[in-house]
Amino acid sequence: MELFGIPIQALLGQLLLGLVNGSFYAMLSLGLAVIFGLLNIINFAHGALYMMGAYAAWIGLTYFGVGYWTSLLLVPLIIGAFGMLIERALLQWLYKLDHLYGLLLTFGLALIIEGTYRHFFGVSGQPYPVPEQLSGATNLGFMILPNYRAWVVAASLTLCIATWFVIERTRLGAYLRAGTENPKLVQAFGINVPLMVTLTYGFGAALAAFAGVLAAPVIQVSPLMGSNLIIVVFAVVVVGGMGSILGSIATGLGLGVIEGFTKVFYPEASATVIFVIMALVLLIRPAGLFGREK
Amino acid sequence: MTRTHVAFLVLLAALLAAPFFVYPVLMMKVLCFALFACAFNLLLGFTGLLSFGHAAFLGTGAYTTGYAMTHLPVTPEVALILGTLAAAALGVVFGGLAIRRQGIYFAMITLALAQMVYFFCLQAPFTGGEDGLQGVPRGVLFGFLDLRDDMMMYYVVLAVCVAGFFTIYRTINSPFGQVLKAIRENEPRALSLGYDVDRYKLVAFVLSAALAGLAGATKTLVLGFATLTDVHWATSGEVVLMTLVGGVGTVLGPIAGAVIIVVLQNELADKVGSWVTVIMGAIFVATVLAFRRGVVGEIAARLGNK
Repeated sequence: MELFGIPIQALLGQLLLGLVNGSFYAMLSLGLAVIFGLLNIINFAHGALYMMGAYAAWIGLTYFGVGYWTSLLLVPLIIGAFGMLIERALLQWLYKLDHLYGLLLTFGLALIIEGTYRHFFGVSGQPYPVPEQLSGATNLGFMILPNYRAWVVAASLTLCIATWFVIERTRLGAYLRAGTENPKLVQAFGINVPLMVTLTYGFGAALAAFAGVLAAPVIQVSPLMGSNLIIVVFAVVVVGGMGSILGSIATGLGLGVIEGFTKVFYPEASATVIFVIMALVLLIRPAGLFGREK
Repeated sequence: MTRTHVAFLVLLAALLAAPFFVYPVLMMKVLCFALFACAFNLLLGFTGLLSFGHAAFLGTGAYTTGYAMTHLPVTPEVALILGTLAAAALGVVFGGLAIRRQGIYFAMITLALAQMVYFFCLQAPFTGGEDGLQGVPRGVLFGFLDLRDDMMMYYVVLAVCVAGFFTIYRTINSPFGQVLKAIRENEPRALSLGYDVDRYKLVAFVLSAALAGLAGATKTLVLGFATLTDVHWATSGEVVLMTLVGGVGTVLGPIAGAVIIVVLQNELADKVGSWVTVIMGAIFVATVLAFRRGVVGEIAARLGNK
């Protein structure tokens, strides 16, 4: 079977690969948006935290024999705690300053983290095996579905939707949204806003680390994986706007799929297609697809 | 004469004498990055726009001039002008897109657009891919100044950079520059006073891009190559760091910052190897947390108090 002269098998394969990439875009841009909402900081170190997550899983497996499933649970907790440490030690001094200082400080942090990992692990990628339970592929009749890729999309979507549910539909989420709107007033009502801010940054870091562990078996684990991804995620954030959580998720997945199809039809442009879409969105709808002009 | 003018004259005298005491190629590299940082500071310090993609303009200038010198029958001055114009043209496109958003989005958009230039330079058939353009000849300026001589090259670079600094200095002290500062301080107010804020921002952006391109073009002539490092996001970060360390919004700050960072990288490269990135990151963090006025800003504040 063919579509536009491309075998449908290849097309569906790229669609799935696009969805996998899109899941990572969605998880990372969601974390960026949640952090930006409460801290007013664009977290440049987000890519570095994602890379740390992947490395933590790799180090765990290589040196301590910690398996994939344990890592998936444990690594986000460790990196989340590390995130909270960063927030308490460094970021908390910036809240009264211009937003740009947050970007600059986290950029410096990203350099420190990436440089340290590069020193110890070099720049070449390390392979991470697919966990036993998810190895192999399922034949769906019209295509061969690699189990692990299907799991990545399902797991990240579930996590994204769960995050949306917590923020939009629970009491805790209501505090969070109120804190985004007016932290002083929320504090006056007796909510511990500084603690909430620390936990939020920790949660964002944990989300990035979770994405890192999920990514480890799909891509090579390398110190450069974070900075390569974060710039694309910035473009995703500009396209989607940071106003809506479901918007971030949809934009991430959608752009991943578009990137996947570009690989089939015009491979030379696959690295730049998201940036081109960003430019087009800026021309047509400067506030972003789901954004509100502030 | 004001204190700033005295500082200018002292600096110029020092620069004229410098190649007799310091390795000229290092001095030229410092000068090129100083011009790059000053061009960047025109945006961040005097218009309030944080561009995180200025490497795109440095690199466009570098690659264009490198290509012109190796493939076209042109003299160095024409190649420099071509590099500057190419960067300015790119500045029109990127500036036009980026000024549609403010603040933090502006930084993210410029970074993303610059990454596009990076991939372009990686894939295009005439940029040399991973190797970049190597062995770019310096040529003979105006047909009679042989630039292969390091001393001759140095004074040409000095002349180019001084012209660049003078352009920036005149710009920020002109009525146009006053409007830019008004936009930096309070954009809605400038808008309500009837200034076409977007046009002012765009002109400042293009001017900054062109001068960054000139810096890149000159750098290619000096070093004889244009590589992917010139368009990499790390270079965009470096110019932010230079400006920040020297003092955002000060006239001499970016020059001081460029000297500190370039010399530091030059000294550290042999001694600590891959730790250079970590040290740069640590300087970033320390400057943002404790030293936001930068070297020149701090000195100016101390002198002002007395």
